[in-house]
Amino acid sequence: MTPLRTPVSDGDHIAGRQDAPVTIVEYGDYQCPYCAEAYPILEDVRRHFGQNLLFVFRHFPLVEIHPLAQTAAEAAEFAGSKGSFWEMHRLLFENQESLSPEVIHEEIKSLGLSTQELDLALANEVFGPKVRADFVNGVRSGVNGTPTVYVQGFRHDGSLEIKSLFQAVDAVLEAKSRG
Amino acid sequence: LTSILQKGVAAPQFQLRADPERSVSLQEFLGKPLVIAFYPADWSPVCGEQMTLYNEVLPEFRRRGAEVVGISVDGAWCHRAFAADRKIHFLLLADFEPKGAVAKRYGAYRELDGTCERAIFVLDPRGRVYWSFCAAVDVNPGADGILDALELLDKEGR
Repeated sequence: MTPLRTPVSDGDHIAGRQDAPVTIVEYGDYQCPYCAEAYPILEDVRRHFGQNLLFVFRHFPLVEIHPLAQTAAEAAEFAGSKGSFWEMHRLLFENQESLSPEVIHEEIKSLGLSTQELDLALANEVFGPKVRADFVNGVRSGVNGTPTVYVQGFRHDGSLEIKSLFQAVDAVLEAKSRG
Repeated sequence: LTSILQKGVAAPQFQLRADPERSVSLQEFLGKPLVIAFYPADWSPVCGEQMTLYNEVLPEFRRRGAEVVGISVDGAWCHRAFAADRKIHFLLLADFEPKGAVAKRYGAYRELDGTCERAIFVLDPRGRVYWSFCAAVDVNPGADGILDALELLDKEGR
């Protein structure tokens, strides 16, 4: 079992209750088709487990094969700095098939944010180090492709189908209830 | 799993095609740590593919002074197309003729499938095996073990 080496911290994008009994950490790439496929599945998992689940997203852009992945990740971070990370996260995955610099601009505009400010942040690589730090800590935790998901601190090598994730989360909940 | 070469063993020499026009030998890499990653085949699905991952992690390997080569039984032309498609910035070597001969010397050949194992070797600058690991063929082992080994090697060397 490959453990997550960088614990969840305040620097992470966190959805759900801090005291939830189960944590899922996803390392993903906004231009990766498998990540876009996993998006609605992970949303279902979040809805199903509700307050029992804390969800964290970290960046793992495969920039050599996905030329827009870095820009998309930095745009999500930019939105995050304005309190709109999860909205941008959703827009990027839901519109992945048409992903382009123009589409990223439209998405930023639809959130009521400034594209000029985004461009400045991209040009100055304001969020580059944060994205790179996620990537590097992912590598050190054994991320071996995208998406890679950690359930309660251990890499989930099973499939990313609903059933497999439900079972993994249920197993943690059961173990906890047995105390 | 086959029994792969373990720590302390002198890595067997090889001379393999890196390209249809060029071949390289182990000798050329001595003097710094070398990561040799045997893998079953080019062209497995992209986002979870081992060579694609190493390509992205390449700056981290090189920051630790190491070089990386991938070895499979695919031919040099196949490697060239694969490397171009995935923009791979390190050498992919063809253990093609006689097929798997180098992999066999490292204990990293799967007779049953006729392919290399997913076996990783970190060699020290003198060409000795410092760390080795054989993963299940269907699981990309990631790069964490390699980076750990390179850091340990560096610490011991100092």
